[in-house]
Amino acid sequence: MSVSPPQNKIWWNEPVPTSELIWVIIAFVWGLIMFFMMIYWHVYGEQNLSNEAYRITAEDFSAKTEAMVEKYQVREESGYPVVRPPPGDDIYLIARLWQWWPILELEKGQTYRLHLSSMDWLHGFSLQPVNINLQIHPDYEMVVTITPTTSGEFGIVCNEYCGIGHHTMTGRMYVVDNEGT
Amino acid sequence: MATKEQYRICQTTGLRVYKSAENLIKANAVVAIVFLAVGGVFGIMVALTRWKAVHLLPADWFYMALTGHGINLLIVWIIFFEMAVLYFASAVILGSRLATPRWAWGAFALMLAGAVITNIAILQGGSSVMFTSYVPLKADPAFYLGIILFAVGTLIATFVFFGTLVIAKQEKTYEGSVPLVTFGATVAAIIAVFTIATGAIILIPTLLWSMGYISHIDTLMYRTVWWAFGHASQQINVAAHISIWYLIAAVVVGAKPISEKVSRGAFFLYVVFLQLASVHHLLVDPGLSSEFKIFNTSYAMYLAVLGSMIHGLTVPGSIEAAQRAKGYTNGLFEWLRKCPWGNPAFSGMFISLILFGFLGGISGVVMGQEQINLIIHNTIYVPGHFHATVVAGTTLAFMAVTYLLVPLIFQRELIFPGWAKVQPYLFGLGVTGISVFMMGAGTLGVPRRHWDISQADAVLPYDFPGAANLMMGLNGMSALLAGLGGAIFIIVIVGSILFGKRIESSSEEVKAEPAKVVGQYGSAKHPAVPGTLVMVAVFFTVFVLYYYVNWKYLAEVWPIR
Ligand code: HEM
Ligand SMILES: [Cu+2]
Ligand SMILES: [Cu+2]
Repeated sequence: MSVSPPQNKIWWNEPVPTSELIWVIIAFVWGLIMFFMMIYWHVYGEQNLSNEAYRITAEDFSAKTEAMVEKYQVREESGYPVVRPPPGDDIYLIARLWQWWPILELEKGQTYRLHLSSMDWLHGFSLQPVNINLQIHPDYEMVVTITPTTSGEFGIVCNEYCGIGHHTMTGRMYVVDNEGT
Repeated sequence: MATKEQYRICQTTGLRVYKSAENLIKANAVVAIVFLAVGGVFGIMVALTRWKAVHLLPADWFYMALTGHGINLLIVWIIFFEMAVLYFASAVILGSRLATPRWAWGAFALMLAGAVITNIAILQGGSSVMFTSYVPLKADPAFYLGIILFAVGTLIATFVFFGTLVIAKQEKTYEGSVPLVTFGATVAAIIAVFTIATGAIILIPTLLWSMGYISHIDTLMYRTVWWAFGHASQQINVAAHISIWYLIAAVVVGAKPISEKVSRGAFFLYVVFLQLASVHHLLVDPGLSSEFKIFNTSYAMYLAVLGSMIHGLTVPGSIEAAQRAKGYTNGLFEWLRKCPWGNPAFSGMFISLILFGFLGGISGVVMGQEQINLIIHNTIYVPGHFHATVVAGTTLAFMAVTYLLVPLIFQRELIFPGWAKVQPYLFGLGVTGISVFMMGAGTLGVPRRHWDISQADAVLPYDFPGAANLMMGLNGMSALLAGLGGAIFIIVIVGSILFGKRIESSSEEVKAEPAKVVGQYGSAKHPAVPGTLVMVAVFFTVFVLYYYVNWKYLAEVWPIR
């Protein structure tokens, strides 16, 4: 029994039963498949995290974001600037207690380099209903290249607990259809 | 050093039980169950708050309750109980006296003091930092101090376990290698030492930081080291509850492993590989390369997952073999139908096995894939996953073995056996609910650790789909069911310990019945386990399907690189 010493003192010399052996082999091969699936997706898949990240101070990141806002603000909404940078551009999103700032307006089918950083604590970038989730650190600037493929209004929720106002930390993103303008 | 210590012989199992070990098992198990009750109440309050129609607690209480829930259950309940398991797996199973019972009591006192200190800090309201206590969220220094004391106690208790192994070997209380259950517990203890060392590396600086002696802690460094500790600690749980599956199968149906070599090999894989995988918590963090993430989480072939998948065959396989040897050989599943389903130790163990594998195991591996994590990280899918592992798996297994400890160690009969009988089913059903509904809500993007997903106080609220609120409502109802199951467990066990009929003991040796032993080791006589193979095949099919369904979900998301 499992509560008494092995009956066969040299248990490590026992042959492995066929049924167990088959299962071990299947499970092992499955593990390999799952490992290679991740590599495969890096080559052929379209959803991969970049490895691009830099150390940055909150001031520098905030300055870059404000420069973008200054240049490309198109209107204001609920006290937030709405910014529409040209396709292909670098765009910036600040995470801070407790907002995602500013509101970005992007064009469907265009590609942008999205920079993300936190001004204070850890936050969780959660783009809804697309459901892309990223961990946002202070002092680290994360850069991802995104291509919105659906248009409309999107919510940004914070999904890393960041203090008592965590559930009020929201943001917005618009994706508009390209009218060839 | 000959021992004069008193022992008794258990009349059911023939095990030799020393007084010192018995008292320590009792103390650790009882305190564990008290904290299970405390943490469970917090859990129900949290679930009811996240049920929109109820929205029980105000925001500050919610985050406090959630911190209390995580700390008291994931850390205090589970680890106190594991200490009881370690003493049982060493002293009782090996029929040995315990090494340095005084140190074990010291460990117990430290752990208790630590748990109380941390709880006071939490209840004062200034430490609502969640059990992960990510910097720069700052808790009261007492919060970290309590956890550190608790960890020191745990480390001492673990060394008492190792000491007991040495004594048993020296005093020749058993022959040959240690039994499989003790082997599994040893694996858990080895991982525990690693875990606590890592925990010290991160928590001691954090304590100093909270006291003002250190000015800055890097958030990425914190998360990396914290999870090396936090993830490894989960491997202790897995090793412990799988040992308990083997233990219950042995005691209740007389099962013995089909192959000692395979089962031990599977445990050994945990020691070698499980501690490495901690980066699956950091798959969407900046500053770590994909190569590192992929390698750390899989070490190229998922050998630790392999270990668990092996136990998933060998545990039910050993039960099938034992049942077939008793003559339940009709068809594929007569052996399963004829299992003692009315015995809560057995039903609890089997439900734990099924839910851990199907719900917890599969979801865990899937969301641990680097890219799939993009659509799951920090959503409430994550708590959904780990309630299947740490509640349906570990907690239910610990509950099941408690039904054995009451007669064996506390020497009491169960009061309300009828309640005890339904308890694992109720709790199992409730936990299945919380786990499945949280996972469901998570796929709709619902965040974890969030007081109000309707974001009534936010400037730019986002409307989650109605289905998300429905799921969270169903989660709340399942929480009530699980809570009921938990309450019955606590009432039955505490009631039995206090008021159950005493079982007489004696110090006369009884012969353990070798009749219980099924089959023989060695090549020719390996029992066939067709029913288990069918179950494993179903499991594998579900695994593969669910795995690719998630890749399909991922493929629909905006391109990102
Ligand atoms: C009646 C039983 C239980 C219920 C109803 C319950 C319910 C919940 C709910 C609703 C959450 C919150 C998810 C969120 O808002 O992020 C949660 C979190 C959690 N639960 Fe449970 N739970 C139960 C038992 C347990 C047990 C037994 C354990 C551990 C062994 C456990 C460990 C945790 C942990 C570690 C968290 C995460 C806390 C955090 O995010 O900081 N739960 N639980
Ligand atoms: Cu936040
Ligand atoms: Cu937050």
